[in-house]
Amino acid sequence: MIQLHYFARLRELTGKSEEVIEQDSLTVQELLNWAEATYPGFGTDTIQVAVNEEYALKDDIIKSGDVCAFIPPVSGG
Amino acid sequence: MKPFEIVTTPIEQQKYADYVLHAGAGAVVIFTGNVREWTHGVKTLYLSYEAYIPMAEKKLAEIGAEMEEKWPGVKVAIVHRIGELQVSDIAVLIAVSSPHRKAAYEANEYAIDQIKEVVPIWKKEIWEDGEEWIGAQKKYPTEGKLPN
Repeated sequence: MIQLHYFARLRELTGKSEEVIEQDSLTVQELLNWAEATYPGFGTDTIQVAVNEEYALKDDIIKSGDVCAFIPPVSGG
Repeated sequence: MKPFEIVTTPIEQQKYADYVLHAGAGAVVIFTGNVREWTHGVKTLYLSYEAYIPMAEKKLAEIGAEMEEKWPGVKVAIVHRIGELQVSDIAVLIAVSSPHRKAAYEANEYAIDQIKEVVPIWKKEIWEDGEEWIGAQKKYPTEGKLPN
């Protein structure tokens, strides 16, 4: 079970701030592919994934219990 | 207050200035980023910010730690406001003190550059005839070059 957070454009696209998916283990790339397949227009090229509040690379492994956040290009300041 | 925080209410400048001031500080540089009415000829009605709050506060603290390493002797506080902000409201404040002014100026500019790169905060511009989430389009790093 993996917890997902959506922000900004992605929150509006998915219509939700968070959800839980029943997965035991997958890579960041696989998670992005899942998101694109589930929510067309998600846009995997420009979105980073934070795993447990740290930016992760695309081949990093996400495990059950992890908290993931999709991070579209930031625009603070 | 926390020295590195996300808030939902108006930013009170003085408490961050007071936090970084100490007897060894010969300079205090305060930067505020404010909501601008006109951007490239388009009039902004207001801005709406959101953040991944726990990660954003962690990243702000990491930026502060980097500043202390690069410019020994600086003391830093950074606060970013989220929610709906009106024209001229302060969105972000960076307070830096140092024994001498040069380090405080340099470290302060470093902080805002880093915030715009790595801190998970998003801005939506709301105009009279539309709205848009703002964000530089960047490709995913392929190896070893993650934002901090």
